Amino acid sequence: MSPMRAVLRRDIALAFRSGGGAFLATAFFATVAALVPLGVGADLPLLGRIAGGVLWVAAALSALLSLDRLFQADFEDGSLDIIALAPLSLEATVTAKMLAHWITTGLPLTLVSPVLGLLFNLPVEGYGALVLSLAIGTPALSAIGTIGAALTLSVRRGGLILALIVLPLITPAIIFGSGAVLAAVQDTGTAAFLFLGAFSLGAVALSPFAAAAAVRLNLAG
Amino acid sequence: MSAPPPCAYITAMAVFSTLTAYANPKRFLDLSRRIQPWLGGATALLLAVGFYWSLFISPADYQQGQSVKIMFVHVPAAWLSMFAYACLAGASITGLVWKHPLADQAAKAAAPLGAAFTFLALLTGSLWGKPMWGTYWEWDARLTSELIMLFVYLGYIALWDAIEDPNRAARAAAVLAIVGAVNLPIIHFSVDWWNTLHQPSSILRSGGPSIDSSFLWPLAIMALGYQLLFFWLWLLRIRTEILKRRARTLMLMRGAQL
Repeated sequence: MSPMRAVLRRDIALAFRSGGGAFLATAFFATVAALVPLGVGADLPLLGRIAGGVLWVAAALSALLSLDRLFQADFEDGSLDIIALAPLSLEATVTAKMLAHWITTGLPLTLVSPVLGLLFNLPVEGYGALVLSLAIGTPALSAIGTIGAALTLSVRRGGLILALIVLPLITPAIIFGSGAVLAAVQDTGTAAFLFLGAFSLGAVALSPFAAAAAVRLNLAG
Repeated sequence: MSAPPPCAYITAMAVFSTLTAYANPKRFLDLSRRIQPWLGGATALLLAVGFYWSLFISPADYQQGQSVKIMFVHVPAAWLSMFAYACLAGASITGLVWKHPLADQAAKAAAPLGAAFTFLALLTGSLWGKPMWGTYWEWDARLTSELIMLFVYLGYIALWDAIEDPNRAARAAAVLAIVGAVNLPIIHFSVDWWNTLHQPSSILRSGGPSIDSSFLWPLAIMALGYQLLFFWLWLLRIRTEILKRRARTLMLMRGAQL
């Protein structure tokens, strides 16, 4: 088994066996989304209009939920030092962890999103766009989130500061993602998808370097 | 690959040796102490002239009335909010790549200034919005960009505060600053795009297509005044950081003697 796959399998196993893993993020996603109609009222036309935006914001919050454990638990019990000593480059390790985070949060969110779209009275034209935009865009959330997690891995109770660092940086994903859903409903072209794809590809390609640098400086000190 | 031309080489060497010359904190303290009063005086003079000119001499706009004068404090603040981030990112790269000991302090010192200018831009923008748009907050592309910029600054400052070891905090903050520098133009673009998607086009744009010279001159003076104010405060804050570090070292030395 290649070392990268080993890290990936280990992180996925840990996510599933401790505290519900994927189900926790999905349940959180559904709960946040369900709170919105309770807050703004059961106005179906209004909910249909804001569905894409609400689900995208809920997805961003759910992605944050498990980020603080991405490196912190390994840092505290010393396994991160051992993983860093392995022949696998830190960039590859970080990429594997990023992928594991996406598989345990972004992917399940994407899969349950049509059900929530139904609850939000999303117009028929919007479902494909919702699933596709989440599939394209959630890797960017995991990628940028990984940088934040790596930067704050030595901070006790780093969850809040992690949110403050990561949320402003992922605004393009939320804008283009919800914009893609809206554009599909209103039939105004696919520009948002292209921008979302570009942002996501750039984030996935560049984040491992920044995150690996952040892990390295935290281990060196 | 061909060798770089000698003049580029010499320039690079000159820049590098200037950088390293002022890497010595004592030399920096000496120099900045001599510059400080001049910088402070020039700032006060420019701001005084700029305020007088913009508030009392420059005419009221035919469309915006006296509210146009908010522009003189708003536009330079918005410029400075971006300029401060450029300084912060530049200092962060210098600190990360060349391990320049003053660069970390410079980056740290620039952040609260940038946040303050961003906040000032938001505040004045909102005050201008009330008479112009009829509301204190409009989700205008530029205001929204500034708001996200403020959050980026706050995250950066919070990261500095959260990590106890100053060297580790400096490097982590530098990585964040560089990530932010790559992402901020993208955020700005996405907010612009979002604005055209959602916004009705009935918004009155500040300034309009061209700007009259009776506004341009006081605006230029105010911008220069703000710029010098930033440099003056920046130097002051870097000096404070160095002295704080020195005080900490002295305290630790005394502790070791006990």
